[in-house]
Amino acid sequence: MIEITKVSKWYGDFRVLTDCSTSLAKGEVVVVCGPSGSGKSTLIKCVNGLEPFEEGTIIVEGVSVGDRKTDLPKLRARIGMVFQSFELYPHMTASENISLAQIKVLKRSKADATARARELLDRVGMAEHADKYPGNLSGGQQQRVAIARALAMDPIAMLFDEPTSALDPEMINEVLDVMVGLAQDGMTMIVVTHEMGFASNVADRIVFMDEGRIVEDTPKDDFFRAPRSERAKLFLSKILRH
Amino acid sequence: MTAFTPAYIEKILPLLWDGMQVTLLLTALSLAGGGALGTLLAVLRLSRRKPVALAAATYVNLFRSLPLILLIFWFYFLVPLIVGHSVGGFYSALTGFILFEAAYFCEIIRSGIQSVRRGQILAGLATGLTYRQTMHAIVLPQALRNMLPVLLTESINLFKSTALVYVVGVRDFLTTAGMVGTRDNTFVGMYVLVALVYFVLCLGASLSVGRLQRRYAL
Repeated sequence: MIEITKVSKWYGDFRVLTDCSTSLAKGEVVVVCGPSGSGKSTLIKCVNGLEPFEEGTIIVEGVSVGDRKTDLPKLRARIGMVFQSFELYPHMTASENISLAQIKVLKRSKADATARARELLDRVGMAEHADKYPGNLSGGQQQRVAIARALAMDPIAMLFDEPTSALDPEMINEVLDVMVGLAQDGMTMIVVTHEMGFASNVADRIVFMDEGRIVEDTPKDDFFRAPRSERAKLFLSKILRH
Repeated sequence: MTAFTPAYIEKILPLLWDGMQVTLLLTALSLAGGGALGTLLAVLRLSRRKPVALAAATYVNLFRSLPLILLIFWFYFLVPLIVGHSVGGFYSALTGFILFEAAYFCEIIRSGIQSVRRGQILAGLATGLTYRQTMHAIVLPQALRNMLPVLLTESINLFKSTALVYVVGVRDFLTTAGMVGTRDNTFVGMYVLVALVYFVLCLGASLSVGRLQRRYAL
């Protein structure tokens, strides 16, 4: 469903991604991990064209992301994205946040969009907060609304860019629970995260990145039991020590 | 010397009101013109095309580096040369105000737009909105709220600055009051009255925007 082939990207002279290749089948959950600055976030932002890349190809259900002729807004509407810092629109209620793109992009009526928003808020356990503004919600609540906002477009895949990194520890689980639910419902997901518990529970594969390269791309059990690269061993020993 | 009594004030009030109308009209037209031109300049300044952004930046830097009173003089003498006939103090002063204020409004609007986090744009784009839709529904409403206080301060500044048309003989509020004061030899009373009126109007505007801002605060 998603095929990433030899993608490279530069910021000026600095090469942030080098020949990254991987692919996802429908319903697959891939966790991308690695040290900070290794290019994880950049890579998943390439998948929906939020970051341009200079070399290689990314194909999402037959559509080439890097192709100049591709209608990027149309493609992005089919791929949900969740950000580290939530990025809810502060001047809109939770319900309005979820309705906006439904109305503007999918051309749903306001009533239909609102009904769908309520349904999704209920699904992420936020039904009673529909009319609250993001400023009045906790980080974990905001991130659950953000997930609902992405789901409202009925996406074929979801991208998560460190969805729990900005959260207080006691709020991480409420967000992870929603994500586990999504994975169990068969959603295709690419998740950039340091939550190794989540990775070992729901991921099919682990992609380990370092310095802009995909160093390992293996089934999760192999990764946790016997990482091949020294870099991944070091990373795991640091992250799993406690 | 005429006594500065309530009866006297009542007598000269129609004259002063004429002057105040000129002041208000000048303020309103300068705000509208300067706001429109300033918005355009802000969009140009944020353009990814370097020459366009540079041209807008040059405009802003040029007009912010000149004293307003000089611009008023300049257009008083320049505009008749360009259009071939005298246009009067009002329109030449108005031209000066619009061009001058546009530079300031440009900077206010630009910083307002830049005050909105880049992640907000990415979030909008990620849901399939076009860049234009994202600007319109997500960035501009937040930018407007953020720039409301500065926008108001600048408008009040402009309202006070219009008194500078004194130098080209436009009969605004201050000029009219000065003329009446000369005629009746009531300078002291007139200028105290003028100060009071400016003070009350400006303070009132400040307070009302403070309330507006609290209502729409994010």
